Amino acid sequence: MERYPKYDVIIIGGGPAGIAAAIRSKELGMKSILIESREILGGVPLQCIHPGFGIHYFKEDLTGTEFISKLLKKMEDIGVRYLTRAHVHSIEVRSHNEKIINVITSEGVKRLETKTLIYAAGARERHIFETNIVGDRPDGIYTAGEAQTLMDIYGIMPGKQVVVVGSGDVGLIMARRFALEGAKVVAVIEMMPYPGGLLRNVVQCLRDYDIPLYLSHVVKKVSGRRRVEKVTVSRVDESLRPIKGTEFELRCDTLILATGLIPNIDILERIGVIIDPATRGPVVNEFLETTVPGVFAAGNALVINDSVDNVVNQGELAAEGAHIFIQNDGMPSTGWKPVKKGRNIRSAVPHYISGMRDVTFYARVRAPERMVEVRVPEVHFKRRLHSVRPAEMITFKLRKELLASLKSPKVTLEVVRLCEK
Amino acid sequence: MREVREIVCLICPNSCVMKVYLEDKKILRVEGNMCPRGEEYAKQEIIQPKRVVISVIKVRGGDMPTVSVKTENPVPKSCIPKIMKLLSRIELDAPVSMGQVVIKDVCGTNIVATRDVRRKPAPKL
Repeated sequence: MERYPKYDVIIIGGGPAGIAAAIRSKELGMKSILIESREILGGVPLQCIHPGFGIHYFKEDLTGTEFISKLLKKMEDIGVRYLTRAHVHSIEVRSHNEKIINVITSEGVKRLETKTLIYAAGARERHIFETNIVGDRPDGIYTAGEAQTLMDIYGIMPGKQVVVVGSGDVGLIMARRFALEGAKVVAVIEMMPYPGGLLRNVVQCLRDYDIPLYLSHVVKKVSGRRRVEKVTVSRVDESLRPIKGTEFELRCDTLILATGLIPNIDILERIGVIIDPATRGPVVNEFLETTVPGVFAAGNALVINDSVDNVVNQGELAAEGAHIFIQNDGMPSTGWKPVKKGRNIRSAVPHYISGMRDVTFYARVRAPERMVEVRVPEVHFKRRLHSVRPAEMITFKLRKELLASLKSPKVTLEVVRLCEK
Repeated sequence: MREVREIVCLICPNSCVMKVYLEDKKILRVEGNMCPRGEEYAKQEIIQPKRVVISVIKVRGGDMPTVSVKTENPVPKSCIPKIMKLLSRIELDAPVSMGQVVIKDVCGTNIVATRDVRRKPAPKL
């Protein structure tokens, strides 16, 4: 028999979720190692120079860079082992508590054995070939993350006249970054009839800089010989189809795509993890364990989050799950109850609960609504919300004391409209 | 003269839409805020709108080519172009540490670094 270095838990991905999982694993006394493919740990917040990070975790409003520096400091203090420039090639599941991770490193291929695995490899950006934008493919087309890396890590301006596709917070924040650095932001184009990001970002990113926002519009076509020269924009109807005759052109040299993120789950799919088509991440139970025993997921690899605080909580929870798994030689439960999606719920994580422990839910709605309640009727849970929007995750906790009253074989999340006053 | 102005609060993700009632440019009352910070913000926004400015400054000889920076406190919106011009003109030498004041006393505040840049050759693109 070959022998490999043995771990209790291997964490794949050195962003906020993976770092938080590694810290918690170490605190719980597990033998662990963190594997990161880039040269540096930190992930996405390294390039997020704007504030709005860590209000819950560190109790202060930090920039992404400040947040990740503080988290890395905590990790260094506690002494977490890690590998950088290490690419996870594949996972072999030998039994419920025996997995081999094949890692390509600068010193050759390493085979590591572990009882549990926390997968926190983040997400990738939707690229132009996944949109319906046709036409030329010249220089000047970037995803928001690529532009952010160029500007805020390397100090290079990707362009001077910019059109941004997508009005989620990422698109809005990048529009402001370009405007602040002296570029002309020609327009932000949004397919939906409402802005994707927070209202405060519409105000401080667009209105502050007089950037026009086109709702119910799409970019149909890119034109340009060597560099982007213009884009063709069209209005869309209620079923989001372009309306003929509404086309107009915007001159620009740069097109920024802020059209959403997709969890990186290729490696999980190859070991047979079931994927939820709504989140595009794995199906998990309340400890974020996937359908392959002992394999956990956290952060944007699990579900696209909109706050780093949620990501960190998921990393910690996955580590606690791995600890319980090891202590019990498997996840103890008397049966998993499915979480059903009721009225105006588009996605919900976790997908299964035991009813025996506290559960934090992460849900998104299908359509924006005001004056609503999120409810779990089986346990008579209600929480009033001022407004819900697809771009904003709804997070709430059900206590085990409340779940003890659960008689039904399932729980349902639903958003119910309250009567207007 | 009576006037009502609508202001969206930028303090937290709730993004409260507030109404500020004015009479002869004097603030009478603020409505629609869910917390006292909203009222404070609305009043400041009427008197003099302020924002935190974020950007990057070039760094020589660091393990990263730039250091991210912010204004320690929000600055009047009218000061933003002046600050951006200043930031584009300067270059720092590594190392720079998080929290370090890189420019003192601009528009009544300081410019501080928001990440560490260690002394090392810059990574190749």
